[in-house]
Amino acid sequence: MIGLPALYTLAGLVFAGWAAATLLDRQHPRRLRGAAFWGLIAASFLAGDALGDMGNGVLVLALVGLALAGAPGKGQPATSSSEDRAASAAARGNRLFLPALVMPGVALAGTFLLPRLGGLFDPKQVTLVSLGLGAMLAAAALMAWTRPSASAAVQEGRRLAENVGWAMLLPQLLASLGMVFGLAGVGDIVGSLAPLAIPDGSRLAAVVAFTGGMAIFTILMGNAFAAFPVMMGGIGLPVLVLGLGANPVVVGAVGMLAGFCGTLLSPMAANFNIVPAALLELPDRYAVIRAQVGTALPLWLFNTALIWGFAF
Amino acid sequence: MTTLPSLWPLAGIAIVVIGFGLRANPLAVVVLAAFGSGLGAGLSVAEVVAALGKAFNQNRYVSVPWLALPVIGLMERAGLQEQARRVIASARAATAARILILYLGLRQITAALGLTQIAGHAQTVRPLLAPMVEAAAERDNPAITEDERHKVKAMAAATDNVGIFFGEDIFIAIASILLIKGFLEGAGIIVQPLQLSVWAIPTAIAAFAVHGLRLWRMGRASGKAG
Repeated sequence: MIGLPALYTLAGLVFAGWAAATLLDRQHPRRLRGAAFWGLIAASFLAGDALGDMGNGVLVLALVGLALAGAPGKGQPATSSSEDRAASAAARGNRLFLPALVMPGVALAGTFLLPRLGGLFDPKQVTLVSLGLGAMLAAAALMAWTRPSASAAVQEGRRLAENVGWAMLLPQLLASLGMVFGLAGVGDIVGSLAPLAIPDGSRLAAVVAFTGGMAIFTILMGNAFAAFPVMMGGIGLPVLVLGLGANPVVVGAVGMLAGFCGTLLSPMAANFNIVPAALLELPDRYAVIRAQVGTALPLWLFNTALIWGFAF
Repeated sequence: MTTLPSLWPLAGIAIVVIGFGLRANPLAVVVLAAFGSGLGAGLSVAEVVAALGKAFNQNRYVSVPWLALPVIGLMERAGLQEQARRVIASARAATAARILILYLGLRQITAALGLTQIAGHAQTVRPLLAPMVEAAAERDNPAITEDERHKVKAMAAATDNVGIFFGEDIFIAIASILLIKGFLEGAGIIVQPLQLSVWAIPTAIAAFAVHGLRLWRMGRASGKAG
């Protein structure tokens, strides 16, 4: 059955390719550190299950140490000149948009088709499997059509990966921190403290404590999914639903959306806020969050008002 | 009144707040926070390292989407960003604000249909959306500053986020809806996913109105009506 293990092998090979290309890049200012950084991520994908918990833990510490020492750094991946690109754009015109549609197209088709192919694909991993298939198809089509040098896929990927830099690791590491927080009982403690912030009997104060708690705890955890059980268990269910008779459907559905307003403001939500700033080569790491403040705050007020007005 | 639990496991949260406030390297902040909360909860150093390693290994799927970077790079090598700029340069009706408002609406609608993966920061924002709005902003304001250029690109990423966040919850099989349903079920309250997803619609409309208005005003401020 094709599922996560096959994807991890593919991802491991991609990172191993970047490690090798970095090692061969004589103009890379931090060649060995950069190669070690990509190599360790490749090792995690290819052999993570064999390393054991302690081995993986040491691998994480080594990756973070390398990042603090300047890895992965930026080398000189071979790419086309801006003249080449302009000429290619002029010659190929709007057909250039077609490869950009391959990955979304495969994602779309895969969502509907893969679960019907019997036991061939892991039904729980349809999204990621579609992504892997789409990436391979699109890469093959682009190599066949534009005929760059054989190593172009590796070098072009490395060029973007070096732009993103150590921030690439942040989403996975934050998800791991969430698990360690869970193990340490952080959510339970916050959930037991949260009700203390509400004056007795005030409906509006209880709603604000709930939606505010959702937003703030989401900002701290970077993920509304981590905040939801905590705030719902601490305030939403005992105080709003059971204590004040609120409709659990409205409290649950809109409370989650109040948390999403927090995601827009959280540097911990690296995938959405920090990684794109790196991908777009913006000098301010928090530029995307700054652009979202003016949307997040009014929407949080709207969600708070929605629960206050319609849940009772 | 129940007794308060030990607050030491919260040390990790304090480290996160202080670390991000000081703009320290986020990777280091995350590792220190894991140690802060782990040690605060009574784990040994070795146990924290092992817990972090186990969690890192289980969360590898989070980093799988990076395997799409070679495709994005190959498209850029062939001149995709240049072509996106060429198209916009000749379509004067396509202002930066209008492009982003259209994208916001499409992203919300497709996300509401469960198609969250057909766009994203690597797939569409970097190769297509950002070059398009940048080209439109340059065309309409040749004196654009570097700072304004960065703001427009940041707004492109922000628009993708707002679109997916406040569209996806209308789809009944999305993870967040299933989480709410599961939580309520655990408390003995049975609800249908459709009941929950209907309540995502008002906020989705508000998100389009609020963010769309901000985009329209951004267009007005740059001298060309959105």
